Amino acid sequence: MSAHDELIEPRPRGALGRFRAFREERPHLFLLVLMMLVAFFMMDPRTWVVLTISGLAMGAMVFLMASGMTLTFGLMNVLNLAHGAFISLGAFAGATVLVHWLNVQAGEASVWANLAAVLPALGFALVVAGLIGLLFERLVIKPVYGDHLKQILVTVGGSIILMELIQVVWGPNEIPVPRPETLTGAFLVPESLPVIGGVALEKYRLVAVILGLAVYGLMTWVIERTRTGVLIRAGVEDREMVEVHGYRIRLLFLGVFVAGSALAGLGGAMWAMYREIITAHMGDELMISVIVVIILGGLGSIKGCFYGAVLVGLINLYVGYLEPRLAAVATVGLMVGVLMWRPQGLIPVIKV
Amino acid sequence: MMQRLLSGDYPRSRALTALLLIIGASLALGPFLFPGVRAFSMLGMICVFIIVVASYDLMLGYTHIVSFAHTMFFGIGAYGVAMATDALGNGYGAVLAGIGGAVLLTILLSLLLGLLSLRVKAIFFALVTLAVAFAFLSLVTQLYNLTGGEDGLAVRVPRELGPAFRPFDEPWVGFDVVGFFSGLFSDPANAFKDALFDVRVNGRHLVYYIAFLSAVAVFLFLLRMVNSPFGRVLQAIRENEFRAQALGYRTVFYRTAAVIVSAVLATLAGVLFALINRYVNPENTLNFELMVFILLMCVIGGMGTLYGAVVGTALFLLAQNYLQDLLKLLAGQVEKGSMLAELVGPDSWLLWFGLLFVLSVYFFPSGIVGQLRLWAARRRQRRAGNGGASRDGVSAQGESHAS
Repeated sequence: MSAHDELIEPRPRGALGRFRAFREERPHLFLLVLMMLVAFFMMDPRTWVVLTISGLAMGAMVFLMASGMTLTFGLMNVLNLAHGAFISLGAFAGATVLVHWLNVQAGEASVWANLAAVLPALGFALVVAGLIGLLFERLVIKPVYGDHLKQILVTVGGSIILMELIQVVWGPNEIPVPRPETLTGAFLVPESLPVIGGVALEKYRLVAVILGLAVYGLMTWVIERTRTGVLIRAGVEDREMVEVHGYRIRLLFLGVFVAGSALAGLGGAMWAMYREIITAHMGDELMISVIVVIILGGLGSIKGCFYGAVLVGLINLYVGYLEPRLAAVATVGLMVGVLMWRPQGLIPVIKV
Repeated sequence: MMQRLLSGDYPRSRALTALLLIIGASLALGPFLFPGVRAFSMLGMICVFIIVVASYDLMLGYTHIVSFAHTMFFGIGAYGVAMATDALGNGYGAVLAGIGGAVLLTILLSLLLGLLSLRVKAIFFALVTLAVAFAFLSLVTQLYNLTGGEDGLAVRVPRELGPAFRPFDEPWVGFDVVGFFSGLFSDPANAFKDALFDVRVNGRHLVYYIAFLSAVAVFLFLLRMVNSPFGRVLQAIRENEFRAQALGYRTVFYRTAAVIVSAVLATLAGVLFALINRYVNPENTLNFELMVFILLMCVIGGMGTLYGAVVGTALFLLAQNYLQDLLKLLAGQVEKGSMLAELVGPDSWLLWFGLLFVLSVYFFPSGIVGQLRLWAARRRQRRAGNGGASRDGVSAQGESHAS
């Protein structure tokens, strides 16, 4: 809040005033706390802990997938509806490593052997999705800059082509992806702890939360602390101004696009191990969550994307527990509600 | 007469006129020209999807609104009839109740979507509709005691519209065009006689002609609409929304109206689909893939030209039904099990169509119809013989509705 604003609006006083200020200035935290509180009173505390951790895990994975799309849109005004295809691509690439190339290591019970399978799988997913992303940007998106309608059409077409190619390479059937040995099973909270004692937390979900937080931290660091990050933020705010200063924003954008596709691939590979079964069209289904997340968070905002992903993950799990049939409806309902309240999203960065 | 019917919007290309006449004649006499169940059901689908795609074109091509909720409205129509007949029996009252309920729900939902798009900008509309359509699909799949879930519902059509209804005792005579021409090569003497076949007219033919006449009526209605002052405003919004606003048009009103009209027509198409297909499930009415197909038909035929909806639909459904046979033939030629065999395999027809789609967005942004009109305009220009090459290009571009 600038000094000017403070002159007009004095610091809020009293509990209600502070609450209002909190709601308006930090809508993402407000919504998060509200949702967790409401859920807390609707279920058993132990269930609540398990669901919250699972929701965070799902949010972390969706964040990986969505972050690339929100940046591509923020930076270059490109709406890439083929993003879902990169999720599928990463899932299949990761599955290839786990199922065919390093299946021996993945099957062993030692942590190190498993890591030797999982890390290459995630790395391969990252590389494959990134490389195809590079190709995709050059061939498909480059000719249609600045034209939203054509972008939508071309990327929908590109998405069809990519998904069909996945089916040509990996076959049209679902592929089961067994989780590596040490990542299966759950981790028991010691009985001695109050309230949550004895709760079983699935190991893989904890890993997903940690990885998601790590990537979020890394991205925040890159965006807030490095020179590239400064350029990206400046580019999101005012592209022409950055170009005037002599930076080749096209190159920067290409980098962001490739990184975004690679992250989508990473998210896809994580999702493959989470669900333990993959199809070529899994990207289409995840795209809905991704879209809800980037709209919720405000297009172009990494922070908004993170909180949006957590919100979507949590509401999915909470509503899925209370009334499984309404999970998807609740997700979209959340989006519509937020749009009514704040048309620009929770943490708006750019004006669309 | 023609002027009034087509609202002054002629095909403006001889090739296109010929193509449209062929499609029109094939549809009008369809059941008597092409024997077999597969051909008959495809003809019905062409009629239904001409309505769907033409109404989609009103949004996409004429106003540049990208909606991914068109299948949702289509599904509302189909499920409306299916659920009403499921609950009330196979009378006409049930069908009408289904139609009424579906149309009301559609108007309400599309109004809400339109109002939501007032608050958010154009690009959001595509994303919001995508999410809402997905939520609807999941709702229909999950509420299986109402909708039958993944299994879907059988539609109990009134007796007069079913195969059991036989208005004529005598079979009518049909003439197999495809068989006749292939017969000319193999057995010219008996080609004509062999091509004749019996058509037992039943209730399904009645439904088919209801669908056909509806398609014609909707097409002419839309043609009238886009060439009316209302349609001109939509096109003005497409070209430059800000300027249209500055001229004093309430663009929000026009955009919402376009969305509602288009949605209601899609609902009616859904009703016809339910009556023809007599079976609805999420796969054949609400799937995201179906939405992509509608987009493909619209763009390949030509956005912003209603004739494109007819050409695109006919071409796409032909390809969907018969390209697979062709690819199977081709796949037989190459080595089994190789990557090439997978690429030309019958399952990957969509790959080729996707490629065609992307290329056509780049090189023929105005689709088949736009391209035919462009060529026709160039030829006219050349015949007129005045003006150089540069003027030729300029006026030719003005002729097409390239966006």
